[in-house]
Amino acid sequence: MWTRLAHPGHFLRWTQPVMPWLAGLSGLLLGVGLYLTWFVVPPDYQQGETVRIMYIHVPAAWLGVFFYGAMAISAIGTLVWRHPLADVAQRAAAPIGAAFTLICLVTGSLWGKPMWGTYWVWDARLTSMLVLFLIYCGIIALWRTIEDPNRAARAIAILTLVGAVNLPIIKFSVNWWSTLHQPASIMRMGGSSIDPSMLYPLLAMILAFTILGVTLHLYAMRTEILRRRVRALTLREAERLDASPSSVRGASISQEPMGQAPIGRVVQSL
Amino acid sequence: MTLGHHAGYILGAYAFTALVIGGLILHALRDHRARKRELDRLQGEVMDGSGVRS
Repeated sequence: MWTRLAHPGHFLRWTQPVMPWLAGLSGLLLGVGLYLTWFVVPPDYQQGETVRIMYIHVPAAWLGVFFYGAMAISAIGTLVWRHPLADVAQRAAAPIGAAFTLICLVTGSLWGKPMWGTYWVWDARLTSMLVLFLIYCGIIALWRTIEDPNRAARAIAILTLVGAVNLPIIKFSVNWWSTLHQPASIMRMGGSSIDPSMLYPLLAMILAFTILGVTLHLYAMRTEILRRRVRALTLREAERLDASPSSVRGASISQEPMGQAPIGRVVQSL
Repeated sequence: MTLGHHAGYILGAYAFTALVIGGLILHALRDHRARKRELDRLQGEVMDGSGVRS
């Protein structure tokens, strides 16, 4: 069943009716989460109102790590099973993960200035998150450098797996080193150290961001499948035109402006 | 609700987040529509069989 669902054609079919529901659910959960954050959560006794930044900073940090984890699993799918959807999933996840990591870094800086007195310190947690963002940027840049997606897939899958070493460093940096960043306060031995009046709205925002991220990811995967179909059709068209040059040259380099002509014909005309 | 003298940082963080997420959503929609249009056009040409728009 999994193989059937993961086939690109089937994937496009089963995700089509799911997308509006996921988008609606994301909007609803974000609305509820923001209401709780702004109108229910009390100010922190130390941080005051600045604690409200945490309700976007923590979910963004989670998604930055979550999408990289998803990319690492997809990379294994690409290298071991060579499943086309694994590479599609990996490629679609990178810009979304990078965007959430950027949100995490910027909102963390905006929280750090009033609380720590500085926008940035070379603390282990902050630095490892910055490294994660740079790895995302490197992967996106590499994808743009290699035109053939099949060739790019293997190189990027290996790079992604190498970069996955950073994930446990991010998670345990606050335990391994003496950092300015506070230690784990949600997932830790002995239960959360956050008061329930603040914890549940935070969990609601984490859930809302996760559903939003997954929705964007599925949508980006659909787009990526379409992009690959466009590429395949364009190449087929170019090959067909190459095979019969005389009939085409005479027939149709056409009255169309260059930008509107099919790419196969543009290639032929060049 | 009064955000105190750190209001600029709090609102700045939310504004930046809204901007980035809004950008992600907008880019996703535009990219998907563009690819769909491109694919429809190419498929039309392949069905046509001649490679020339009729």
